[in-house]
Amino acid sequence: MRDAGPWHQAWRRLRRRRSAMLALAVVAVFVALALLAPWLSPQDPIATSWSAIRKPPSAAHWFGTDEIGRDVLSRVVWGSRASLLAGLVSVSIALLLGVPLGLLAGLLGGGVDAFISRLTDAFLACPFLILAIALAAFLGPSLSNAMVAIGISATPIFVRLTRAQVLNVKVEAYVEAARALGNPPWRIAWRHVLPNATAPLIVQATLAVAGAVIAEASLSFLGLGQQPPAPSWGSMLNAAKNYIDQAPWMAVWPGLAIFGLVLSFNLLGDGLRDALDPRQR
Amino acid sequence: MLDFLLRRLAQVLPTLLFVSMLIFGLQQLLPGDPARILAGEEQDPAVIAHLRERLHLDEPLPVRYAYWMGGVLRGDLGESLRTQQPVLDLVRQKLPVTLQLAAMAFVIALAIGIPAGIVAAVGRGTWWDSLANAVALWGISTPNFWLGILMILLFSVQLGWLPASGYVSPFEDLKASLASTIMPAFVLGNAIAGVLMRHTRSAMLQVLSADYIATARSKGLYERTVILKHALRNALTPVITLGALELGTLLSGAVLTEQVFSIPGFGKLIVDAVFNRDYAVVQGVVLVTATAYVALSLLADRAYFAANPKLRV
Repeated sequence: MRDAGPWHQAWRRLRRRRSAMLALAVVAVFVALALLAPWLSPQDPIATSWSAIRKPPSAAHWFGTDEIGRDVLSRVVWGSRASLLAGLVSVSIALLLGVPLGLLAGLLGGGVDAFISRLTDAFLACPFLILAIALAAFLGPSLSNAMVAIGISATPIFVRLTRAQVLNVKVEAYVEAARALGNPPWRIAWRHVLPNATAPLIVQATLAVAGAVIAEASLSFLGLGQQPPAPSWGSMLNAAKNYIDQAPWMAVWPGLAIFGLVLSFNLLGDGLRDALDPRQR
Repeated sequence: MLDFLLRRLAQVLPTLLFVSMLIFGLQQLLPGDPARILAGEEQDPAVIAHLRERLHLDEPLPVRYAYWMGGVLRGDLGESLRTQQPVLDLVRQKLPVTLQLAAMAFVIALAIGIPAGIVAAVGRGTWWDSLANAVALWGISTPNFWLGILMILLFSVQLGWLPASGYVSPFEDLKASLASTIMPAFVLGNAIAGVLMRHTRSAMLQVLSADYIATARSKGLYERTVILKHALRNALTPVITLGALELGTLLSGAVLTEQVFSIPGFGKLIVDAVFNRDYAVVQGVVLVTATAYVALSLLADRAYFAANPKLRV
């Protein structure tokens, strides 16, 4: 990477922040759980056992078992796949849609800008989760549709952020110079404008992953995400809600997993904000 | 002032137009013939024919949109396919419940978020700052349906202090109403308290570095007076207006919280509608929510404007 200087400095600043590094470690653990689930999970996450229904945590089942005798620990391990996948895929969708739209709006201005901005406002006017629920409802309940719904709902933030960054740097002399040299607009966008928008986009993307993980869990909790019997932390909590007085362990672990992963992405996002943009401190 | 409002209104109208197109467009996402899907499992030909006619499905898309929008403007959001009730009536029935929850949640969020933000700003970099930041992170990172379940476990199952589910209207029995809503309101408020704390902290930090604060201090005023009277008053304006925009978070949160606590509000309405494939209700709820949000942000803008004489130039 040619501009290793500022990125290297940012990494050094990030490394000094203990909370961000701890968060990074937790995220790494979850990624490892997701990738190595077949080997790490002690039991089959969808194997039911009528002799082990709602058993409290024990040596055989560290996190206990659920209402049809499945091992909660194995389901939590496998559930990390749905959560991380949803986080990554939906934020990628949001970036792939939002950044080009933001660039277009910011660079072209005029009618295009007005159109994209009002469209963005319209999406932002619908509360994030309610829009995602409506989209997931019309698309049909499945994990991939939930990811699309969350991705689309998260797009407007990236449009706005990219547009604002473009407007900031558009007036800089070096962009003017690049234009004077006869560079085509797409090249100016790619080589001169986008690199300056990367830092805030990385921060926002990290925080958006946290939001997407909660959103996936929420949709699955409502039955609009991962479909049974495939494990997802949200749907595990939905089942747990019905047995709260008899089997509280069913509710504790998946919730703790969501909380841990979301908290880590939030801490990482905050750390990145400080590391990439020291002025904001 | 009027000029500013007119300009904002000129922005808001196209936004609302797009919102309506977006919500109408949701119908296009349904795979296959909407009338067949909307008719449910029975596939009664009479129902399908009725739906075809009612939704003008034989007309081209723009004409259908015009019909739908015409209805919306006359206050006709369609009718529920399950209960045949007008969607607007359903919304009118359920909204007050959620508004009660939202109002209580907002009070709780203010009560936690603003003091935490003041403490964090005044003791910037100290242990207090870290503690307040931890409270904010907790609020932002906790899935509210999980917190709801845990609170039921503690306060209803273990301690037996509060009902685990259900709703009582405050007009029937105020005490029972509070008991049935305090947990969900806390869960909702907790999520916003963190956001309010962060807004308060940064607004206070900005105000505290202003010259007039130094003046107030040099006059020999008590630190408490300087902070609570001179600084807070100016810092609160942006906090309240930004806080008002958290209505979206509140309504999103209400969907889950009402599900956990079985509260028959706005959120439960949309979830039940989704499961009954009652698409007109889903569309109606989203439309009402978005319109309310746009109206509220217009009001928040106006409040911000009124409180900021500098903007009037």
